[in-house]
Amino acid sequence: MVENRPWGNLLAHLILIVGVALVIFPVYVAVIASTQGPGEFLRGTLPLLPGGHALENYSAMWQAGLSRVGAPPVGQMLWNSFVMAMAITLGKLSISLLSAFAIVYFRFPFRLVFFWLIFITLMLPVEVRIIPTFQVVADLNMLNSFAGLSIPLIASATATFLFRQFFMTIPEELMEAARVDGAGPLRFFKDILLPLSVTNIAALFVILFIYGWNQYLWPLLITTDPNYYTIVMGIQRMTTAADSDPQWHLIMATVVMAALPPVLVILFMQRLFVKGLTETEK
Amino acid sequence: MQTKQMTFPSRWLPYALLAPQVAITLVFFLWPASQALYQSLLRQDAFGLRTTFVGLDNFARLFDDPGYLNAVSATAVFAVGTTLLSMGMALLLAATVNRMLRSRESYTTLLVWPYAIAPAIAGVLWWFIFNPSIGIVPYILEILGYRWNHRTSGSDAMLLVIFAAAWKQISYNFLFFLAGLQSIPQSLIEAAAIDGASPFKRFWTIVFPLLSPTTFFLMVVNVVYAMFDTFGVIHATTQGGPAQATNILVYKVYADGFVGLNLGSSAAQSVILMAIVVVLTVIQFRFIERRVNY
Repeated sequence: MVENRPWGNLLAHLILIVGVALVIFPVYVAVIASTQGPGEFLRGTLPLLPGGHALENYSAMWQAGLSRVGAPPVGQMLWNSFVMAMAITLGKLSISLLSAFAIVYFRFPFRLVFFWLIFITLMLPVEVRIIPTFQVVADLNMLNSFAGLSIPLIASATATFLFRQFFMTIPEELMEAARVDGAGPLRFFKDILLPLSVTNIAALFVILFIYGWNQYLWPLLITTDPNYYTIVMGIQRMTTAADSDPQWHLIMATVVMAALPPVLVILFMQRLFVKGLTETEK
Repeated sequence: MQTKQMTFPSRWLPYALLAPQVAITLVFFLWPASQALYQSLLRQDAFGLRTTFVGLDNFARLFDDPGYLNAVSATAVFAVGTTLLSMGMALLLAATVNRMLRSRESYTTLLVWPYAIAPAIAGVLWWFIFNPSIGIVPYILEILGYRWNHRTSGSDAMLLVIFAAAWKQISYNFLFFLAGLQSIPQSLIEAAAIDGASPFKRFWTIVFPLLSPTTFFLMVVNVVYAMFDTFGVIHATTQGGPAQATNILVYKVYADGFVGLNLGSSAAQSVILMAIVVVLTVIQFRFIERRVNY
């Protein structure tokens, strides 16, 4: 703030309030819609004030789901999403910690080859290689399983690079001291490197959890059994049926429940989230 | 590529540590990618009984196919639209938030959470408020004399998916712009203010040029996002329609391969997309390191 301009401040607040309102508006409409009764949408436009059916909509979706379109209960889909997101997050974190440790603290033949091998994964998002990856997973009998949902997404170049960068900043003396005291590499990793990396791990955890939770194409391809539907793709199954049989109040209740966990993660861990975001992005 | 000065002496341990990551990369990344490369050179007959080697014919056919060229131009419109809209909004909001002292934190919190919402869900949210029969926005547009219908109008559908994709990306761009703005030395702006430059003049002649490394970085990231991460937005809403108007490249790979079962063509499209990702990644690393300097 360089000088005091009362009108400028007013204008700035105005811009921000309009901006925030625009950003919140779609979600507000969804929350309102999820509280309406079934007949409300047949009348034409959507009301902008909450209706009185919130509890029954949410509990109906939580327990029963939209069985008419073959969507399982939301409670179960949320659980599936949670398991998938956690498996992806923990998997990515552990294998990239290990590989960063190997790349920084050891000198061995073909180190550069491995480094580039990991780097390549950065360039091959699922979206561009869906059919051959699907074939591999089908051949390995991993369709309709949590292993199939998570393992193919676990390789992570960004996490490996982040940890590599962080390990490079750790003073040499720590390792020398550890070796003088007779600690082997695994002991050094467990007792010194891991405790030092806690903040980085936590920051990355937030980003990766959101990444895992929001997976869409991959679950869509490999789950045909409703028992393994995740919430984000389950919603799509409902909207395709919505044109003939508009159950918007129920769909929007599901949308709110699907979006809530990752949004809460961001709101409660905003500091870690910002750190994770700005540091992982190369 | 450096290591530490002193390293652990072990012959097998580093390989064991790298094994899980490398195994997954080989099985789920390199092998499928090479398969895509191989299949892009083959063609199956209509019954999947015979496969013949056709060389680069799949690629040649793609570039003669009006459907594919249409997807290329739809992707270009979509990527440019999403990038401009989302970066423009984010820059305006970030520059405004940066003026604030006490309320900065609260506005930031209110603006960052859409990052957490999956592209598919963002699509459904906007699909709902733009729904031609019950949505709130078509209702208002109708009063203003415009009949919105993304089920029949290609440009309406394109606008819809751009809004949804840009909305989700605003928070990401906002955070990076805000970080960029905060690293600009306050003394420069104060000096300009003393010389009598108005806030707008200060923004365009000092702040915006100094922000160019961030802007450039975000441009690349947003193009990558719009091209590859927005499958969910399209699939959950328009499904490429109406009349292919929103059939972007990533969606077409899926639609041709999984729905149309045209494996050769889909594999060729995958290979082209991989080439695009490689180019974008190289640009990102090359030029981000060197930065756009003044």
